[in-house]
Amino acid sequence: MKDLLNDLNKAFENKVRLGIMAALVVNEYLDFNSLKELLGVTDGNLASHLKSLEKSEFVSVRKEFLNRKPNTKYAATEEGRIAFSKHIKAIENLLK
Amino acid sequence: MKEQEYINDLKEIKDIMNRSSRFLSLSGLSGISAGICALIGAYFAYDILFNIGYDRNFIGEKKINALVLIGVLTLVTAIVSALYFTLNEAKKNNQKLWDLQAKRLLINLFIPLATGGILTLSLVEKGFIGLAAPLTLIFYGLALVNASKYTNSELRGLGIFEIILGLLASQFIGYGLWFWIVGFGFLHIAYGCYMYFNTKK
Repeated sequence: MKDLLNDLNKAFENKVRLGIMAALVVNEYLDFNSLKELLGVTDGNLASHLKSLEKSEFVSVRKEFLNRKPNTKYAATEEGRIAFSKHIKAIENLLK
Repeated sequence: MKEQEYINDLKEIKDIMNRSSRFLSLSGLSGISAGICALIGAYFAYDILFNIGYDRNFIGEKKINALVLIGVLTLVTAIVSALYFTLNEAKKNNQKLWDLQAKRLLINLFIPLATGGILTLSLVEKGFIGLAAPLTLIFYGLALVNASKYTNSELRGLGIFEIILGLLASQFIGYGLWFWIVGFGFLHIAYGCYMYFNTKK
């Protein structure tokens, strides 16, 4: 039982962060606005959660210009993918 | 209590993954309308191919041109009608019709589809008319299988049926129109009905 709880990742305990990761693992990348629309959160909220995921190196950020407007693309890192699937497996095991 | 929370989390995750990676506004009615267009097109094609009203010597280039024209018209009306129902569905679900997911779906649909279409046209031009039905069915099926990753997964089943039918048709060259009627007409309608009643819940 202890092992199971160890696999739950603290980084994903927040719903928004979990949602961000869920969306990013199935997409090559998503920009800020699509993430916002998808999760239905405010700019500030999303930005702070993205920042924390970026800090733990689960999410990578690429800034680009699209028709002169800045466009930020977010992608899940390999590390993030592994951590996310571990987290989901842990939840599934808990429910067994 | 904690358990229920986790179950809700998982449900939400699954929903987010689905919504963010798949185009979910394909309506069953789109399939039905495309199938009906195909049947109407087939009726006109049959008329040209077999109706005695036409001069028996009226074969060759003119006939093929007429058939290609019917094919193109059928394709266009099928796409327009399917698009109409998809637009309706998207409105109902409050989704945008033209987003990243739709773009991805169309690109992945059209790569095999355009390849098959161009190949078929160039073969027909060289006189291999009998290959038109099997090739169009096979490439359409491959396109659907490829696109199914980006929309309702049921599309994959339809694609596999179309491929099987196309391979069968390659054994019965000369009966192409009948395979077309089954593949583009009846299979579409059957798939559309299945989707319509199954996703309504």
